[in-house]
Amino acid sequence: MGDMNEQEGQLVEFLAEMQEDEALELAKRMLLEEGAAPLRVLELCRNAMDIVGKRFEEGEYFLPELVLAGEMLETIGAIAKPLIKHAPGEEPKKLGKVLIGTVHGDLHDIGKNIVAFMLDINGFEVRDIGIDVPVNSFIDEINTWQPDVVGLSGFLTLAFDSMKETIAAFEQQGMRGKFKVMIGGGQIDETVRAYTGADAFGVNAVEAVNLCKAWMGEAA
Amino acid sequence: MSDLVQTPEAKVAYDARWKRILDCVALKQADRMPVIMYATYWLAKYGGISYKELMYDYEKTKEIAERAVLEFEPDACISLVGASALGRVFEATGYKQLQWPGHGVGDNQPYQYLDREYMKAEEYAELIADPTGFYLNKYLPRIFGAFEGFENFPVFPGMFYFRAITGLRPLANKEFRKALQKVLDAADEVDVYMTHVGLWNKRIGALGFPLINGSASGAPYDVLADYFRGATGMMKDLFRHKEQLLEAIDMMRRNLVRMTIANAKATGNPIVFIPIHWAPDAFMSPKQFETFWWPSFRQMMLDLIDADLIPMPLWESDCTKRLEIIKDVPPGKCIYWFERTDIVKAYEVLGDRVALRGNLSPSMMTTGTPADVDAAVKRLVDEVWNKGGSLMLDTAFGIPDETPIDNVRAMFDSARKYAG
Repeated sequence: MGDMNEQEGQLVEFLAEMQEDEALELAKRMLLEEGAAPLRVLELCRNAMDIVGKRFEEGEYFLPELVLAGEMLETIGAIAKPLIKHAPGEEPKKLGKVLIGTVHGDLHDIGKNIVAFMLDINGFEVRDIGIDVPVNSFIDEINTWQPDVVGLSGFLTLAFDSMKETIAAFEQQGMRGKFKVMIGGGQIDETVRAYTGADAFGVNAVEAVNLCKAWMGEAA
Repeated sequence: MSDLVQTPEAKVAYDARWKRILDCVALKQADRMPVIMYATYWLAKYGGISYKELMYDYEKTKEIAERAVLEFEPDACISLVGASALGRVFEATGYKQLQWPGHGVGDNQPYQYLDREYMKAEEYAELIADPTGFYLNKYLPRIFGAFEGFENFPVFPGMFYFRAITGLRPLANKEFRKALQKVLDAADEVDVYMTHVGLWNKRIGALGFPLINGSASGAPYDVLADYFRGATGMMKDLFRHKEQLLEAIDMMRRNLVRMTIANAKATGNPIVFIPIHWAPDAFMSPKQFETFWWPSFRQMMLDLIDADLIPMPLWESDCTKRLEIIKDVPPGKCIYWFERTDIVKAYEVLGDRVALRGNLSPSMMTTGTPADVDAAVKRLVDEVWNKGGSLMLDTAFGIPDETPIDNVRAMFDSARKYAG
């Protein structure tokens, strides 16, 4: 980030400091009036998110900051992405593929959505297959999409058995060794991880990102 | 009805149990550690019926709930029927904020809340200026199918003289009349439900078992976040609509206090159960917590205490970092029930301030063995009760639906074994 000019540094700061109005105004000006390279603006957004994630881990930021940051990035992304003219090799390389969904019987998705967003912004290709996902849908998606990590989400205690059943089905299909499985949700702890046979659990979205980065051999 | 009258023996048992609860609240060590029973769909498992039957069959649910109380002999329980047999009132009101067995989820799945924006950020001003009008014209039709048709219900303030007469015209509207009939029919079903609940509560009292709480409420911030703005909407409001949010929270607090005191006084039971959703450590910063969440809830608790009520918040998830802040209440007036916060740690910080309730972990209750439950109970007895703590033993937020019955037996047996 050392080679940022003053304006670029300002955008990163506005985003990281949750100054939404200022950040959006500046990003729009850069993209629509001054012809800034859209990929460069998105890169600045990722830089800002690195700061936000770090502050979250350090206990300075909390869920509301992640949500607002997500909202700001979505707005800027919607302006920047149509402006991208694809040149060969210009597309940033993804760190890995993560399939994510809420297990069957459970309809909750707030936590899952935040995890999916944080993974996406941190360079993973994410496929979110929604809530109340039957075991077979996970298996079909895994067969066609070949993810590196499968994330199972659940808020209710019934999700313990749904997760266990889903992971057992991966075993039966002989696919369990081809990807890592992480679980998360309000009631998830080490007892549940051991019960379900998942590789790891996380208590928040940044932990999910760190798990995936570690599995992909990236420094967390 | 003779089965609703307390025998002298049952009265002795009832009084002894209730005294244990009040001793705990007053921070005096009771003659034994009380054990509380809170269950909803677990009763279906216990009674061998479907979740749907539990929600719809008043008679079966009353019978099973009574059987559970008689088997486990808790020192107090919730209104087990009130918390379970809700299917018919959900249906009659056309309740839209939940999906329940037969309505969006299967016959053996619990009801689940639908997190949505039931009020838009632009509507704060309207809610604050005229809460009653906002409820009638917008909020109630959004959350209850029965109220669809109330959108043009007259806004009376401002009407006078002939305007007050012509202002009645929307009440002649056919759509409104249909809606009104649906609401009246729903009210009849609510009356049936509450009669069943009241009879069961009385029956349990006659058998010698008090209810732990007679009424329930919510924290001002939580009610707005969960039931109006939705989770992500509310989190964005912390940045985008600070002033209006604080005003709305204050308005909500005043109305919650008024409603809660009226409801609690009607039951005669001073304890008010208040599930807390947005206080957890991870959900907002200490500064946000002390700005948006805690002041209104603290004031609400003080107002309830002034009305001789006993607030019993259930601090959901992990609130360890909030303990020093939420300690700021008068001693001997509240029960704090914790979900994931370590009760031993909570006792260290709050032991001289509030009674504690909880908190055998859901993962252990559902996937562990009776020996695991025994060890967890023993730890709480050793680390809290035997050190003079006013602890009421319970699970983390009620007996999880999937808990093996033997683990529930272990919870009650071990409490008696280690703490009288």
